[in-house]
Amino acid sequence: MCNTCGCNITPGNKHFAYKPVEGGTTAVSVLKNLLAKNDDQAVHNRQHFDSHGVLAINLMSSPGSGKTALLEATIDALKHEFRIAVIEGDLETENDADRIRAKGVPAIQITTGSACHLDAHMVHDALHSLPLEGLDILFIENVGNLVCPASFDLGQHRNITLLSVTEGDDKPAKYPVMFRAADAIVLTKTDLLSVLDDFDPQRAERFVRELASNAPMMHLSARKQIGLDVWFDWLRQELHAQRDRVNQGKTARPKIQPEGVQLHVSTV
Amino acid sequence: MHELSVCQALIIQVQEIAKQHDALAVKLIKLQIGPLSGVEASLLENAFPLASAGTVAENAVLYIDRLPVRVRCQQCGAETEAAANRLICGQCGDYHTQLISGDEMLLASVELTKES
Ligand SMILES: Nc1nc2c(ncn2[C@@H]2O[C@H](COP(=O)(O)OP(=O)(O)OP(=O)(O)O)[C@@H](O)[C@H]2O)c(=O)[nH]1
Ligand SMILES: [Zn+2]
Ligand SMILES: [Zn+2]
Ligand SMILES: [Zn+2]
Ligand SMILES: [Zn+2]
Repeated sequence: MCNTCGCNITPGNKHFAYKPVEGGTTAVSVLKNLLAKNDDQAVHNRQHFDSHGVLAINLMSSPGSGKTALLEATIDALKHEFRIAVIEGDLETENDADRIRAKGVPAIQITTGSACHLDAHMVHDALHSLPLEGLDILFIENVGNLVCPASFDLGQHRNITLLSVTEGDDKPAKYPVMFRAADAIVLTKTDLLSVLDDFDPQRAERFVRELASNAPMMHLSARKQIGLDVWFDWLRQELHAQRDRVNQGKTARPKIQPEGVQLHVSTV
Repeated sequence: MHELSVCQALIIQVQEIAKQHDALAVKLIKLQIGPLSGVEASLLENAFPLASAGTVAENAVLYIDRLPVRVRCQQCGAETEAAANRLICGQCGDYHTQLISGDEMLLASVELTKES
């Protein structure tokens, strides 16, 4: 079945789209994002972050790619340099939030039940129970899922997509929506590269470039503390950029989202 | 699956539009969905009866316009069609392209009636 390429708009059903409007019927042109409500809430969340000078970063990946492990290593290294807090999204359990709290950093767990992604309303509820005052970086660990989280703006400034070397280097080609959404890509668990003979980081990068993405790719191992400095420097740079923006009354959205509706509304 | 939540968001928007126009029923809902939107058109169609039940959109026809992926090349300027996971220029093969269509997730238009 071919659901996405447009080939099921056949000459047979095409006229239907342009059917003349009958008497008694009003046609209303809308052209709004289906997730307009979520997007409005995301704008509001971003205002909260900006008014407190906080940099908000959304981490997305498949389940178990090492999001929480990366956060733990980041907190260990940077908790004296920056004030950090974490919003954790999971289907069930407080485990990830407990792991973060054990590091001495505030964490709010959102359990989504059956929802496979966080949305801007859930994040709003969580952020009002966090001390945004005096915070530098807020990490939002999204639900482990390479599909749904990419579609929901949470109000974050940057998206990070993690890819662990045990998942296969063709993931960017299989999940283009997710990898296109990344402002930076983190290749995790690189300590295992020596025992995996079929993961080629260059091939993974080529698939990313073929998505017309120039997102930087950082290779690291949270477990073995390899390559973390590049990630820390990226964070420092982003925080610096966020402070500059805040001083100028500007904000930033993850790079995927600005064009959207404006860029290509085709005529109805 | 987030298509149900997307569909519920759609119904809320449609309900508001119907209310603004004092409509009693929605006859047609037209969407534009691209392959890079992150929602699957066929799953939206499946979720629609569930999300619309008991609302003004209950008997509406959902029409989904599936848009192609198109890119504009920043090297040679060509506008070409591309595969969702290979957004390279169809003319010169460069990957420095800008998406000009294919990530839409839009409510395009609705048709309303005052008769229920
Ligand atoms: N070898 C190795 N294992 C790692 C590394 N980082 C994480 N892991 C392991 O991978 C597993 C999953 O790590 P998590 O940090 O819980 O992954 P996650 O992405 O937060 O998982 P979810 O929140 O469930 O989606 C754990 O057993 C970690 O110990 C790494 O750098 N090297
Ligand atoms: Zn986790
Ligand atoms: Zn608020
Ligand atoms: Zn989903
Ligand atoms: Zn070209």
